[in-house]
Amino acid sequence: MSATAESLGVNPEVPISLQGPAPARVVAGFGFWLFLLSDIILFAALFAAYAVLSSATAGGPTGAELFDKRHVFMETLCLLTSSVTCGFGTLAVTRTDARSVYLWMMATFALGVAFVWMELSEFVGMVSMGAGPSHSAFLSSFFALVGTHGLHVSLGLAWLVIMLLQMSTIGFQPMVARRFFCFGLFWHALDIVWIGVFSIVYLGAH
Amino acid sequence: MQTESPAQGHSPGVATGSDPHHGRSYVIGLAFAIVLTAASFWASSTPLVYARSLPILIAVLAVAQMGVHVAFFLHVSSAPDQANNFLALAFGVFITALVVFGTMLIMANLNHNMVSMDQLMQMQR
Repeated sequence: MSATAESLGVNPEVPISLQGPAPARVVAGFGFWLFLLSDIILFAALFAAYAVLSSATAGGPTGAELFDKRHVFMETLCLLTSSVTCGFGTLAVTRTDARSVYLWMMATFALGVAFVWMELSEFVGMVSMGAGPSHSAFLSSFFALVGTHGLHVSLGLAWLVIMLLQMSTIGFQPMVARRFFCFGLFWHALDIVWIGVFSIVYLGAH
Repeated sequence: MQTESPAQGHSPGVATGSDPHHGRSYVIGLAFAIVLTAASFWASSTPLVYARSLPILIAVLAVAQMGVHVAFFLHVSSAPDQANNFLALAFGVFITALVVFGTMLIMANLNHNMVSMDQLMQMQR
């Protein structure tokens, strides 16, 4: 893709207005990028609610008492590694190398499942301690923010399974490759949101 | 695979550069991200960092790591063929900052102006 405009068959003498519509891959990628940015604005609202309510513990447990940093560090490593394996998976899609796609995307799936499982076990532990979302405004905003992120990761895992099924049935069609790229963008964006979650919610707990 | 001309823009998430460099950007990004993550977890649990400066240190490390993810994983840059992606990102960052800091400012101001419960009880007497 470092190829010059000439080698791609585009005449640089032709003005942009006469080059016709951009390829579907560019249009789909840009549209999905806009969706991701609006999704990040949704998270911004949840972060704002958490920032305002994080000290409203109503006499209940505080974040510093509830959170286990070692557990969160393991969650972070799972999600970070899955982001990289997903990147290698999308590179395998450009090479149309089915075996590598399965390998990297299965690794991504396994790491994503490990992340969701660790998050669920943390939630279950907190609720069984009586620190459920109904206990205080702090816990309501915590479960809303971290739960929304976990829900996004879970939906991403379902999307990944559908993509692997599509690849095994209809093969490397251009639309399948486009969806894989959009999935990669989605997965990287969730990792960026998680940086905000662990920095503000877990490491900023007081 | 469809070809892309620079004038028509560049899809985010697609690495630029020749093939062997593709994988390398993820490895470099992973190395940076692990160092930054480890640094922020270490800073939050060590007594060596002055406690009141800790939130700022963690914020700086988080912003740096987000930058690493955008550059090495999403491959969004300020290159001329990525003007659309970069402008959209800048607008998203602007709105995010407006929502978060605007909410915090307004709520802190309302909280400051609110009559405390003790005073309210005295006023009702």
